Amino acid sequence: MQIFLPIAEVSVNAFILIGLGGLVGLMSGLFGVGGGFLITPLLFFIGIPPAIAVATGANQVVASSVSGVLAHMKRRSVDFRMGGVLLAGGLVGSALGVLVFNLLQQLGQVELVVQLCYVVFLGLIGTMMLQESIRALRRARNPAAPRRKLHDHMWVHRLPLKVKFRASGLYISVIPPLLVGLAVGVLAAIMGVGGGFIMVPAMIYLLGMPTKVVVGTSLFQITFVTAFTTLMHAVSYNTVDVMLAVLLIVGGVVGAQIGTSLGARLRAEQLRILLALLVLAVCGKLALDLFLPPEDLYTIVVRAR
Amino acid sequence: MRRLALILALALAPAALAQDEAFPLYPDPGLPRAPAPENVTPPEAEQPAEQVVVGLSSDSVAITASFDGSEILIYGAIRRETPIPDTPLHVIVTVEAPSQALTIWRKARRAGIWVNTERVDVGAVPSYYAVASTGPLDQILDPAWDARYRISLPQAMRAFEGALEVRDTVPFTEALLRLREAEGRFLLDESGVHLAEETLFRADIALPATLVEGEYKTRIFLVREGQVIDVHRAPIMVRKIGLERWLYRLAFDQPLLYGLMSLAVAVLAGWGASAAFRKLRRA
Repeated sequence: MQIFLPIAEVSVNAFILIGLGGLVGLMSGLFGVGGGFLITPLLFFIGIPPAIAVATGANQVVASSVSGVLAHMKRRSVDFRMGGVLLAGGLVGSALGVLVFNLLQQLGQVELVVQLCYVVFLGLIGTMMLQESIRALRRARNPAAPRRKLHDHMWVHRLPLKVKFRASGLYISVIPPLLVGLAVGVLAAIMGVGGGFIMVPAMIYLLGMPTKVVVGTSLFQITFVTAFTTLMHAVSYNTVDVMLAVLLIVGGVVGAQIGTSLGARLRAEQLRILLALLVLAVCGKLALDLFLPPEDLYTIVVRAR
Repeated sequence: MRRLALILALALAPAALAQDEAFPLYPDPGLPRAPAPENVTPPEAEQPAEQVVVGLSSDSVAITASFDGSEILIYGAIRRETPIPDTPLHVIVTVEAPSQALTIWRKARRAGIWVNTERVDVGAVPSYYAVASTGPLDQILDPAWDARYRISLPQAMRAFEGALEVRDTVPFTEALLRLREAEGRFLLDESGVHLAEETLFRADIALPATLVEGEYKTRIFLVREGQVIDVHRAPIMVRKIGLERWLYRLAFDQPLLYGLMSLAVAVLAGWGASAAFRKLRRA
């Protein structure tokens, strides 16, 4: 069934979009990731203009993170104070990112920068996940391996403006979480992602937060930052396609539920390896597009209607 | 019944002529218009020997949610007071969509990756342009007449070039033609018009799924010995309707409201789905 997207002004098969949303939802249910970093490049592949893919991707992430944060609030695994600091940084970052996005669009380089960001980040994350899960598999076979410390005291903990984060059991400066939030906000606006894949490792390894509050707190921040990003894109550039978003969300929420129950029955380490390989595959496809000579040297960009 | 329709069409013809003044014959209003050739649609006084009487399958195209391209049928008859001349008659039909401002980018390899490096900005290019005819344009149409009316694709394109930053723009405009043809946005069908008995003609013109809203200008040319002997113009309105129209207008007229609505949809869907599944699991 073909459907005409009112803002993107292209006709796409609705089942492909629902399926795409479902696939990404399945991933997010299985692996506990937002899925924004997969949905936006997949939208590029099916021919959605990049500006619309990014803005609509952010809208889709709102839907998938809302249900997650609600579940975590029930379990009391959200550090609201830390979330608030991350959010403050995130809103500034998102506003900055939307400005940068507009600048890039005028320079004609938005596609390139978005693709480069994806190649770099997907490459890094894929490699890290692959290493991590292979190590975990080895550890499972050899339980005598040494354990890690709870967290190390590093330069991050010697900065001024210290604040007590009770839920995380931390007494640290607000500067590092503000900066982490800022970076994630910029990425949300430029890449149309939630940024959980950056924030979660940063919270664990940089801020030293306990793992039990990390996912809930990052989801809390992501919900608000992507909501703000969606609004900014909609108001400044009219690039949010709600029809596209609804189809992706419908597929996504169903896929996420199936993924969650499926994930409970499968082995985590092997799943992580699968996800890592998938992330690297998407990264490889994007990188090839950048390095191989394009099919046509010329592209047409519509400046105004 | 058919005779009645023909009489009606004839009665309507003068009204259609007056309406033709509403949009210029040449696509680019910025260029000076060449004076109208003397033997074509002359003012009141003298009627050409042969005239087009046209019907359209519809004078509007509606873009609905399930819109997947469309086809318009342009049909008509040739009215003449004198016997049919010996020379072959040809009919050319063009359909032109509203124009957009474009940038054409050329990529080059920089530090191993392919980057947009050179650009040509074009002020106005029709988002869709179709030409259908009864024969190969280079055989049936005199280039001078083509240039005057800007009928063929390269001629139509020439009218749209604006101020340029790159010295050699030819490869850029060629690329524009090539890419647009590949997308089905520029069409050339040199056997797309069927002419019967030198009197009745019909043309089916395919509209792509990626349509821009607005007034599409249709022109029908009668050609004998390479010369245009009559031209008739008719507008076709292309509009989004229903939900498509509502969403599009909301997104551009009330962007804040539209953004909030998109968020509300997302939040409700996210929350609703998890609530629904929780119930399902309990049941």
